[in-house]
Amino acid sequence: MQHTARERSFWLIAIALVLTYALVPVIWMVSLSLKPAEKLSTERGFFYGIFHPDFSNYDAIFSGSVFTRPLVNSIGIAAISTFIAIALAALAAYALSRLDFPGKTLILSGALAVAMFPPISIVGSLFDIWRDIGLYDTWPGLIIPYMTFTLPLAIYTLSAFFREIPWELEQAAQVDGATPFQAFRKVIVPLAAPGVFTAAILVFIFAWNDFIFANTLTSTNNARTVPPALAFFTGESQFEQPIGAISAAAVVVTVPIIIMVLIFQRRIVAGLTAGAVKG
Amino acid sequence: MEAATAPTRPAEAPPGRGGISERAREERRLGWMLCAPAVIVMLLVTGFPIVYAIILSLQKNDLRFPDEKEFVGLSNYVDVLTSTTWWSDVFNTLIITVFSVGLELVLGMAIALVMHRAIFGRGPVRAAILIPYGIVTVVAAFAWRYAFDPASGFVQGLPLISDTAAPLSERSGSFIVIILTEVWKTTPFMALLLLAGLSLVPDELHEAAKVDGASTWQRFVRITLPLMKPAILVALLFRTLDAFRIFDTVFIQTGGANGTETVSILGYNVIINRVNVGLGSAVSVLIFIFVLLIAFVFVKGLGASTAQQRGEV
Repeated sequence: MQHTARERSFWLIAIALVLTYALVPVIWMVSLSLKPAEKLSTERGFFYGIFHPDFSNYDAIFSGSVFTRPLVNSIGIAAISTFIAIALAALAAYALSRLDFPGKTLILSGALAVAMFPPISIVGSLFDIWRDIGLYDTWPGLIIPYMTFTLPLAIYTLSAFFREIPWELEQAAQVDGATPFQAFRKVIVPLAAPGVFTAAILVFIFAWNDFIFANTLTSTNNARTVPPALAFFTGESQFEQPIGAISAAAVVVTVPIIIMVLIFQRRIVAGLTAGAVKG
Repeated sequence: MEAATAPTRPAEAPPGRGGISERAREERRLGWMLCAPAVIVMLLVTGFPIVYAIILSLQKNDLRFPDEKEFVGLSNYVDVLTSTTWWSDVFNTLIITVFSVGLELVLGMAIALVMHRAIFGRGPVRAAILIPYGIVTVVAAFAWRYAFDPASGFVQGLPLISDTAAPLSERSGSFIVIILTEVWKTTPFMALLLLAGLSLVPDELHEAAKVDGASTWQRFVRITLPLMKPAILVALLFRTLDAFRIFDTVFIQTGGANGTETVSILGYNVIINRVNVGLGSAVSVLIFIFVLLIAFVFVKGLGASTAQQRGEV
């Protein structure tokens, strides 16, 4: 189909607007992170840091443990939470998308209800219990509450992906004499791997993003993750925010996520919307 | 909508009691077995703490005075519900929720339409809008806070904006920045949900209406919107519940100062800063009840609209 010049320019403008919308704060953060402290208030241009990069903020955050230790905590806690959630949810999602049994709707709506749960509602209990049983300020102390949002999300996205799998192959395996469990393990697992991987990225992003649990259930760098660490970074004086250091740390935790999201964008969109709309 | 998209399983032999086959029974057992771990974990990590929160909320439980722990009935709830702080925080939270979800709906719909109708560039647009979605909320909150910083931000230098503007030092400015941050971060999610809803609207209806002389706007209002109602309600439900529990952005940008304290920030302050676990748990339970109420209203509306649609279509 031919498009008129007017149509083309309309869409170009629309696309440019959306790109600007998405990128402005990101470029701003990168630009800030590349500005040395003394240039913060003198060179206020949006692109200054990009055109005159100075890496002293990055040197600063990687020289001590103020940022590196929370970074290790963030990676470890998010990775373990993702692994546990995906393992448990994969079993459930297989059953939910494939098998017929009473209680399916109840489980799906229950998972949805859990996903909508306000974290602040259980922060007090966990704060109280964790301090009694020694889970306060530990990795498991965060991994356990992360299950409140990682599990439902994983169940929803995985169920959505599993519905798209060519199940005839499983039946073929069963005709050949495999039990339902064998069919699951030998045929479906390899087919489901890409969907599982996408769900894992989504779950990881959610765990990586958490602030409220990490802020309330940790007190030291023993288990503090990056988001609360950013909030409690201190500058030269109590009243001065280390803008450059926070921006550099923010860029470090943002760039890997952006790269993952861009690489797997098509699948992520499918996972996000299928889970929500078909629910 | 659910009926239209959910794959319907061919009804196998009706499972009469006792008459179900060995295979069906095995399938049922396997189903339960596979779901059990996830279900048990979800119950443990949410059900148990919320019940515990209810128990705590009925106690005088202040960590500064551990010896004075006792059962006090509903007095914590009375304290919360008669305080002006609670109600002004509810008001603040509702302001943020209503404005951010409202703006997201409009903006999300616009982006969804761009993605749905785009003659080119769909890929870059989809990739771009996933960026805000993937960014840590705390990072987004810092980015916008620094953008508006009166000493080093770039916003002051923009045309049409006062050179002395310091929005995060006064109330309405703080609300604007908080809402802007929320809208920026979560519109992509809204847009993707709406896009999925848009793709369910059959093109033939638009063609037919076009032939009948309906304008683009008429077609949008009379065809697209009504058919998308369930998708819109689902998106609104998700986002409203999410916005109501707003914590990260407010914590980073104002810490609740300038009259922007939300209910989640209040709960945090009472439990963590004032270590009054009893009173804080009452706040937590009340927030939980609010969320249940909001969900109930939406689910009612959603049920009504899907039922209506099934009747019509």
